[in-house]
Amino acid sequence: MWIYEKKLEYPVKVSTCNPSLAAMIIEQFGGADGELAASLRYLTQRWAMPTNQAKAILTDIGTEELAHWEMIGTIVYQLTKDLPESKIVGTPFEAHYVNHGLDVYPHNAAGVPFTATYFNAKGDPIANLHENMAAEQKARATYEHLISISDDPGVIDALRFLRQREVVHFQRFGEALRIVQEYQDSKKFF
Amino acid sequence: MDMNREQLMRRIQEVEFAVIDINLYLDTHPTHQQALMDYNKLTQELMNLKMMYERQYGPLTNFGYAPSQYPWQWIESPWPWEDEYTCKEDMPCGFMKRN
Ligand SMILES: [Fe+2]
Repeated sequence: MWIYEKKLEYPVKVSTCNPSLAAMIIEQFGGADGELAASLRYLTQRWAMPTNQAKAILTDIGTEELAHWEMIGTIVYQLTKDLPESKIVGTPFEAHYVNHGLDVYPHNAAGVPFTATYFNAKGDPIANLHENMAAEQKARATYEHLISISDDPGVIDALRFLRQREVVHFQRFGEALRIVQEYQDSKKFF
Repeated sequence: MDMNREQLMRRIQEVEFAVIDINLYLDTHPTHQQALMDYNKLTQELMNLKMMYERQYGPLTNFGYAPSQYPWQWIESPWPWEDEYTCKEDMPCGFMKRN
């Protein structure tokens, strides 16, 4: 069961419309290392995870990533809110607009729609947790690229928050990996 | 302590963020007593703040987590992605750094 909270995890304050920036930030809404892929990756890996610490961390980080997905959707929405067509034509957002209008839709910055092939559940907790650690580093790198191309102080503030969360998630997955490794060693797994 | 809606929401976001962060830490350090004490103390503070907010501005959660006044308040604006900010026709859009 999940409960929705009618609030953002962290405030999003966009300073001005910017369809070009929206078209790039949508990478984290529907891209390979974006927040939707992160959430579904962790929530999908929960079922056969062997230790309680790892079940909890997958559940909780998977849930927090959905809150990040909502923040990214909010940034994209606000950067393009009420935009007249004259301000869209000729920007990288135009290709999104012809298919989705001002709806937010999960595709990456190049327009490729979201797919479950962005993540895996490998039937092997060690492999899964390594994938998660790599995913957090790749998300951090994407946020750094986005921060370096942004000039909107409100957007940069929210992106910095999200970048920092990836660093914390990486740390927690590393701890979960060590716990699962110790558990498997104690069971003389092989 | 007199806070307007935005200040109260900001305070809730701050305390809830601390709670989320400690929650993740406790997931992999379940016997860390100081973290657990911090978690419980901040959880109490968060519950009080949310009760204060919900009494004035309506429920933050549905599905039986908070009662509603008449008429059903859950549907009321603002939803989290909504803000006072609007793009004005005569206002130029922001550009990417390379412009
Ligand atoms: Fe993350």
